[in-house]
Amino acid sequence: MVATFEPKSEYKVIGTRPIRHDGLDKVTGRAVYGADIKLPSMIWGAVLRSPHAHARILSIDTSAAEAMDGVHAVVTNADLPQAENEMVDLGEGATNLKWAVDNILASDKALYAGHAVAAVAAADRYTAEEAARAIKVDYEVLRSATNVDDTIADDMPAILEEFVDSPGAQESGHANHVKEFTHEFGDPDAAIAGADHVVEGEFNLQMVHQGYIEPHNATAVWDENDRLKVWTSTQGAFTVRQQIAAVLKIEESRVRVTPLEIGGGFGGKIPIYLEPVAAVLSRKAGNVPVKLVMERRSVFEGTGPAAGGKIHLKLGATKDGQLVAADSTLRMEAGGYPGSLVGASGMCIYACYNIPNMRIVGYDVLVNKPKVAAYRAPGSPQVAFAIETLIDDLCEQAGFDKWQFRRDNAAKEGTRRGDGPIFPRIGMEEVLDAAKETDHFNSDLGDPAPGNVRGRGFASGYWFNVGLQSSVNLSLNNDGTVELVEGSTDIGGTRASIAMQAAETLGITAEDVNPTVVDTDTVGFTAVTGGSRVTYATGYAAYNAAIEMIDKLKVRASMLWSIDADDVQFEDGVFSSKSDPELSIGFKDLAGKLGDTGGPVTSTGSVDLEAAGGAYGTHICDVEIDPETGKTDVVRYTIVQDAGRAIHPSYVEGQMQGGVAQGIGWALNEEYYMSDDGVMSNSSYLDYRMPTSLDLPSIETVIVEVPNPVHPYGVRGVGEVPIVPPVPTVGNAIKDAIGIRLRETPMNAGRIVSALGS
Amino acid sequence: MTTQITPGPSRVHVRTTINGQAHEFLVPPYMSLLDTLREIVGLTGTKEGCLDGNCGACTVSLDGRIVDSCLVLGAEIDGKSVETVEGMATADGLHPLQQAFLEEAALQCGICTPGFLVAAKGLLDNEPAPDEHRIRHWLAGNLCRCTGYDKIVRAVQKASAEMA
Repeated sequence: MVATFEPKSEYKVIGTRPIRHDGLDKVTGRAVYGADIKLPSMIWGAVLRSPHAHARILSIDTSAAEAMDGVHAVVTNADLPQAENEMVDLGEGATNLKWAVDNILASDKALYAGHAVAAVAAADRYTAEEAARAIKVDYEVLRSATNVDDTIADDMPAILEEFVDSPGAQESGHANHVKEFTHEFGDPDAAIAGADHVVEGEFNLQMVHQGYIEPHNATAVWDENDRLKVWTSTQGAFTVRQQIAAVLKIEESRVRVTPLEIGGGFGGKIPIYLEPVAAVLSRKAGNVPVKLVMERRSVFEGTGPAAGGKIHLKLGATKDGQLVAADSTLRMEAGGYPGSLVGASGMCIYACYNIPNMRIVGYDVLVNKPKVAAYRAPGSPQVAFAIETLIDDLCEQAGFDKWQFRRDNAAKEGTRRGDGPIFPRIGMEEVLDAAKETDHFNSDLGDPAPGNVRGRGFASGYWFNVGLQSSVNLSLNNDGTVELVEGSTDIGGTRASIAMQAAETLGITAEDVNPTVVDTDTVGFTAVTGGSRVTYATGYAAYNAAIEMIDKLKVRASMLWSIDADDVQFEDGVFSSKSDPELSIGFKDLAGKLGDTGGPVTSTGSVDLEAAGGAYGTHICDVEIDPETGKTDVVRYTIVQDAGRAIHPSYVEGQMQGGVAQGIGWALNEEYYMSDDGVMSNSSYLDYRMPTSLDLPSIETVIVEVPNPVHPYGVRGVGEVPIVPPVPTVGNAIKDAIGIRLRETPMNAGRIVSALGS
Repeated sequence: MTTQITPGPSRVHVRTTINGQAHEFLVPPYMSLLDTLREIVGLTGTKEGCLDGNCGACTVSLDGRIVDSCLVLGAEIDGKSVETVEGMATADGLHPLQQAFLEEAALQCGICTPGFLVAAKGLLDNEPAPDEHRIRHWLAGNLCRCTGYDKIVRAVQKASAEMA
């Protein structure tokens, strides 16, 4: 039975905006990020990567590198334990161990340009990079494919031979095209046949990268007890521990992972890339610490993009505006190994609406590009592009009001999500209503510069959010302040949002709680900082720990007063006797009087949450386009989102604004631009071109609060859903401006000029 | 084409001022100012993001001009003065920009923050009252992937107002 909570309207700490606890270190340059660590006797590593998109590795000659001055070790896949085709859970669901190992260092084949093939450890970084270049690899170049159509051409070889006989590949007819699922409900074919209005579209999306500014890094050393110590920037120290242990075939307890400060992740720092390489280099170099920092080009070419792909969608509605049917086929690019996260796409595609007859068919498509990693609501922005675009088309075709149609068909408590679950209390209707009330929705578009055109669009999006496991330890200081130890790495202010929930529960201030993120030896298991789960789940664990601390302090107060523990109550930061109003003591005063009552007070909280609170957002965007050049400027942008309860509103707004910035980049400019021979042509920030401060307006935010009934403070996750609506929102605005529908990302200047024929 | 680097004793003698303190060291001729600061001087507040001058995470001030320290050689700072994020706070407290970044929640992961702070200081030192467009234009050489820039721009505006 899942516990439910009645929302309160008044809080002392929650909803305020204290300065984050780690802020001082981060504005003074003192914070220690992954690449900042320096250990005694530390040497540097460097990785050699495949220049070919698809190639058999015939031989690797490391002799020249090994002979160089200053080189301590050279490793290849052969230095990792032999991995079989077996399914293991590495923290993100089951995966094939051989593929996980091969993605770290290629064995028989390189599956994308940028695939790691060998690595070197040397006295310094410059020497290591020189030595890596001295490794000679003999490749047999194979035909490659970097998009959905090419990879299922008749003469395209199987990227992974193990897939040829798999049931999913047999069903699709090609080894690179693996059927994952069909979700079906009602009778979509009959409903579409009987619909008054039917629209249909095919949508093409290019891969994009998470774009975190801090490159991947890892430092590893084997200690005197043959335990592996790892320092890294990761979204999940325990997930890293789990993955390293599986890859190196050692017990998890023999690995200690210390998560240093992390410079952005967005999902891309959940998988491991460098950690096992550092570990085997350390071993081969005589158990000295080895540090690796990935160069930017390799971050693009060798780590987690978000899936591109092809989405086919058909919608049917009645003449009075009821959405009655939806049918979609999702072919999502997974990269060289399976895992496009198409499953999440299937969960999200119809989740904003109540559609009684529906089908979703999902395929994982192997292509010679890096293996997909999670990217902020992974799989949802792509399908939002399809459905929110097509709903606009449907409304235009049928003459429906675009807001009213969405509102009339909005998902609510009791609506069935496409893949089966029935929604609990959700905030889709409230978000749409709030969007309609914004100044932006009701304002004029304003005048464009001479020759330019303007347009407005809006769209909605959904992300399910996750719960999972978290642990928190509290210890009470004599002065009434509290040490809070947690396992959730802090990417965007979650030390504050967790400490604030503990403080609220304990009746003290946010500043009275001192949160620390610790290594895997020092706190209980905590799942990744991902799925918008940290403020929700680790905050819940902090609440549980705080409740336990209060219970213990009630006993201590009863000892001081020589009364029964059941007679002690706690309210507004004060312990008091229910029966004797003379007996009362504040939290801080009691903390200083514990010496004679049994010593220090500590407590722990842990959670394993099945349920989470799904979140919705509706975005409004105005664009101005120069039809001659195709240049598109976002001139105004408003995001409306249900946060459940905003613990620290500044960081909720920050998540909303940051997700929008990434989404605008996705919509207008970002892509993996692949050469004919399968190499990424724009693997630098200059050429990939993420939005700068000059490219964006001030993004306006409206926080809607429909408390999540399964969280003590009503929290829903907020981090991911902001990236879901921007692609269709911008696309709908472009359509409004130029009158032409673009169904391919990025909707860049070239595509706009082509569409206009100008 | 690869650049051949010969590991060996070749080092350049550098006498420089970093955050007001005199420093003297030997640096390999090929080592970037970024690595010099991080590996030789021990100041890791300046961050690596791309090593090709496109993200601004390694921004420092060199004789009063902001530069990407990954594009400058350590040997080039001989006789010059470098200011990094570590030099912004004084015994009297934080620089108004640092305080404003905290109060306005202008950082999330914080990896770009040192570069933004040094770049913004470079602006306000020369133009005490820039408008929003000027701030956005000046900071366009610094990438942030977390915030969407809104709170960064507001923090710079706030610091500007407080320094007036």
